[in-house]
Amino acid sequence: MSMQHGTHPCAAEGATSRLLIRQGHVIDPANGIDRVADLAIADGCIVGLDPQAFQADETLDARGLLVIPGLVDLAVRLREPGAEHKGTVASECRAAVAAGITTICAQPDTAPPIDTPADVRLLHQKATAAGRARVVVLGALTRALDGEHLTDMAALAEAGCIGVSNAQRPVPDLLVLRRALEYASGLGLSVHAQPMDATLTRGGCAHEGPIATRLGLAAIPIAAETAALGQWLALVEQTGARVHFGRLSSAVGVRMLARAIADGLPVSGDVAAHQLFLSEMDIADFNPQCHVLPPLRSQRDQAALRAALADGTLTAVCSDHQPHEIDAKLAPFAETRPGISGLETLLALTLRLADEGVLTLREAIARVTAAPARILGVPAGTLSAGAPADLCLLDPDAEWELDADRLHSRGHNTPFHGWPLRGRVRRTLRGGHTVYLADEDPSA
Amino acid sequence: MSTAIPRPGPLPGTLQVRDGQLRHLLTIEGLGRPLLEQILDNAESFASLNEQGVKKVPLLRGKTIANLFFEPSTRTRTTFELAAKRLSADVMNLTMSASSTTKGETLLDTLRNLEAMQCDLFIVRHAEAGAAHFIARHVAPNIAVVNAGDGRHAHPTQALLDMFTIRRHKGDLSSLRVAVVGDVLHSRVARSDIHALNTLATGEVRVIGPRTLLPAGVEQLGVQVYHDMDKGLRDVDVVMMLRLQRERMHGAFIPSEHEYFQRYGLTEERLALAAPDAIVMHPGPANRGVEITSEVADGPRSVILEQVTYGLSVRMAVMAMVMGVKDAFDT
Repeated sequence: MSMQHGTHPCAAEGATSRLLIRQGHVIDPANGIDRVADLAIADGCIVGLDPQAFQADETLDARGLLVIPGLVDLAVRLREPGAEHKGTVASECRAAVAAGITTICAQPDTAPPIDTPADVRLLHQKATAAGRARVVVLGALTRALDGEHLTDMAALAEAGCIGVSNAQRPVPDLLVLRRALEYASGLGLSVHAQPMDATLTRGGCAHEGPIATRLGLAAIPIAAETAALGQWLALVEQTGARVHFGRLSSAVGVRMLARAIADGLPVSGDVAAHQLFLSEMDIADFNPQCHVLPPLRSQRDQAALRAALADGTLTAVCSDHQPHEIDAKLAPFAETRPGISGLETLLALTLRLADEGVLTLREAIARVTAAPARILGVPAGTLSAGAPADLCLLDPDAEWELDADRLHSRGHNTPFHGWPLRGRVRRTLRGGHTVYLADEDPSA
Repeated sequence: MSTAIPRPGPLPGTLQVRDGQLRHLLTIEGLGRPLLEQILDNAESFASLNEQGVKKVPLLRGKTIANLFFEPSTRTRTTFELAAKRLSADVMNLTMSASSTTKGETLLDTLRNLEAMQCDLFIVRHAEAGAAHFIARHVAPNIAVVNAGDGRHAHPTQALLDMFTIRRHKGDLSSLRVAVVGDVLHSRVARSDIHALNTLATGEVRVIGPRTLLPAGVEQLGVQVYHDMDKGLRDVDVVMMLRLQRERMHGAFIPSEHEYFQRYGLTEERLALAAPDAIVMHPGPANRGVEITSEVADGPRSVILEQVTYGLSVRMAVMAMVMGVKDAFDT
């Protein structure tokens, strides 16, 4: 499948150099590889491991480094068009590769939303011009995300959309949703959903529980997620449409997803990295950096999300990247904009899951590489021979402290400021080209 | 405007108390019993002055107090204004909802402008929970902040005047049963009262109301939950009625005011279930015939007007303390 409209994934780079990455610890979950090896790259594509008689133009010494596929991030807000003061395709793609992410899936809820082929092409053009991460695009499920009128999905697919989504906007009319699922599945398009019942979410900004009660914040119950999920699942069963549920937040939600998977429904799920490390407790001082949608839930939910990640119910971890300008978080909690600038903590938080014993290192890497690539249906997240040479070299032992001021993203809104983290990207390659090099990065 | 990224601030308890002294008053939570009792003791000094007829003292002469009301209120604003004037402070009343914030100015822009006017104390009322905390975190270090009600979160001076009223009538709270009745979900008064009652080690704190008007996990605030008014009122020493916050209700919380009154309205008959010398409180304004009858509201056990009177003394004490002149009235 094409990564961008009308281009071959490797040839598009126009790369001709032959590169040998020597003696790195290669972890490629897609192929079950976990060993020290030489990795050969030619013409922007992976040649293979430990090649015989490979004549390299350039050799990189990767001793002591992990060599992993470039990360694939399922949910990113690029903010362009419409909110360039929060982020642009160029700024966020630059942030992505600095964090080892080589493929990002842009959500359609821009202003205006991505609901025409021209919008899709424009994003691809901007991404190509930026020359950093690959951008794959979800088109809008309904026109202007209005929840009422289907978009021209065939045209969106032709323009290169890899799926459709209504992002966080509701589709209150279930008949419209059913038709949308039928139509999308007829085109072979997957549908990406963030289950949130709008009526149960309305006005809320915090998880319904003791913390919201104590702080007097309007609450969002678990049922906002599960009621919507139940409706979606009923329609998936009816239509057979392939649906990916993103950013699940609750124990009951993942239990419902597990049942649906066990029943053989064509569904999958992911979780935002911050949901695995933060809980409702983190808003106890009205910290607006912890204002997210769905809200940070209870520690019990957090444990269930981790367990679901470990048992494979949730196959992917994403950043749910939502960069904001400073003023968006400078107000009383409920008046602040929800969302975290998450690109640059995705890898370190995922590695931390391995440190904390939630996943093995290989599993953790799979959750941000092979699994999300499979969900998107793109030839990424793997070091298979012939795949685009998108990869990340990182020092797994490098300890660092997150400084929000030094994020590459235009959005510096993160609750992880000051957190000690481990695992630092040294170099990111896309299509065999170096698109990020820590040695040249003053903020690294 | 600073371009610094906002960082998580300290918890309210540590933000509002410095070196054991009251720096801001944002919430009752985390104040601690000694400080809470000290506020009540200081309020007692002012109450004595008022009762002796000396209504004005020069403690805050030369200080400027800004009443920043982002949400309409006449009663609370008036009592804060009167309390400030009795301390000889200059007072500015700013109704912010009709002012610059509606023209796109941010809350911080507004604050910076007021800081530039050399104000010493902000009295803040805001429709959003945490607004006073937000302001206290960003205000210049020489300015104190008193929360006059933020969303559903806190109304600490109301709770203090409620405690003052109970203490005057009942003395020690440790043997008391106190019931908080009604719309706890939307009530900042209820949250602050519950914190204050528990801080003062009240014998038993109950909340009574329909499930739709009690927030999730309310029992974790340290209360016994009752949905049956008759059972909840049995043998209580203090009945704290809450106003039905109809303006905050955007959904089907109760079927009708009639049914609400039938199940949760405080009548003479229901009050008879409480202890014989039980007192009845209400933060006002009361919806007569909805949450309380006029007979009870105006009856011999009602202390509602005393609450208003004591509100002045409590607010004088709080203002003096956050301005660092608490010792001046110890004599």
